[in-house]
Amino acid sequence: MTKISNTKLSVVFWSVLVLFLVWDTVVSAPIDLRNEPPLIAAGSGKASVGGHCAIAK
Amino acid sequence: MKRLPLSFALLAFFVYLALSVSIRQAVLFLVGIGMGAALAGARFGFTTGWRQLLEQRDPRGVTGQLVLLALASVLCLPLLSQYSELTAALGPPSVSLLIGAFVFGLTMQIADGCGSGTLYKAGLGIPLNMGILPLFAFGSFLGSVHVGDWLTLGQIEPIGLVTVFGGTQALLITLAGLLAAGLLVRAWVGPGRTWWDRKWLVGAVALAVLATLNLVIAGQPWGVVYGFGLWAAKLVNAAGLFDPTANAFWSQAGNAQRLTESVLMDITSITNIGILGGALWISAKATTAAQPLTTQQWAVGLLAGFLMGYSSRLAFGCNIGAMLSGISTGSVHGWIWVPLALMGTMIGIRVRRHYQF
Repeated sequence: MTKISNTKLSVVFWSVLVLFLVWDTVVSAPIDLRNEPPLIAAGSGKASVGGHCAIAK
Repeated sequence: MKRLPLSFALLAFFVYLALSVSIRQAVLFLVGIGMGAALAGARFGFTTGWRQLLEQRDPRGVTGQLVLLALASVLCLPLLSQYSELTAALGPPSVSLLIGAFVFGLTMQIADGCGSGTLYKAGLGIPLNMGILPLFAFGSFLGSVHVGDWLTLGQIEPIGLVTVFGGTQALLITLAGLLAAGLLVRAWVGPGRTWWDRKWLVGAVALAVLATLNLVIAGQPWGVVYGFGLWAAKLVNAAGLFDPTANAFWSQAGNAQRLTESVLMDITSITNIGILGGALWISAKATTAAQPLTTQQWAVGLLAGFLMGYSSRLAFGCNIGAMLSGISTGSVHGWIWVPLALMGTMIGIRVRRHYQF
């Protein structure tokens, strides 16, 4: 594969990623800015509720 | 692309996240950029390090990884014992873990990149890894759909060293385990080898600090795979091809909620995007040489990428989520993951050689 086609592939890759993020923002529930998580979880008193690949459920 | 406009683009996205999502996600995006820059700048490849150890008896990459694991453990384990808000990367020891880690170790050698490796190499613009990333995501999604069935083959509850022994003993046990691993490496490579490489050590220190920041800010360890699976799940769900309410994994309250939310609110998604951005920033000045691949090599590489995504869900993480985050936060599943993935890598190297990658 040539250098030019690699560059084209990069453009396609980043375009698809940006389009996905835009689409996702449009179709997802609005973000509630008043319910923002703490900047730093440690010491906040709020347990982490994020998804992680190590968690089975 | 030049670095200055790229820096402005990354800064603009940071500001957007701070104003429209949350300050935490904006800061995690910066952490992700740092991870991507460290991975790409130091070419900190877990896959390459293992391959060099097995093929050339070159221990430099694995030494860098052991330093990373030790530093991250020294930083993270005391924090976990101190702050109840922080969670460890606790995966269940299970048949699923054994099979998943083995297949992941095998396929990552063919795909020439683990979870973080696929991300940073895609960010660098390496064609195969850019092609693999979406397949990795769909594989990860399918693995999450099936993981409930895999767990019925046998599992025990996750074991956290901090919970069982407390922070100090958990750290001593972890460091003793890493020392034992280092001695095994020494026995394998024999005398007269160069052990240290500045590039690997700089990468190890940077990644240990950034992984700790991820834990402190997000409240959970660094992960890669969950974000990929979530992206694919959202697409499949939107296409009406999947009913999350009928699935054991995606019907769980947290997962079901994240399906409805923007991925910009998801922790692993935002660090993944940051890693891509950080690697792209590095690529603006680095020359990235990628050998042209044949059609057969493309097909084998893409299939390996899909299987890597699938198996990473069965293994409860990749080199980052299971090995780095698992071991550095005291999860026994991380210690089970490593030898199984290494066994898979022994075969993966041969398959890689067979297809002349």
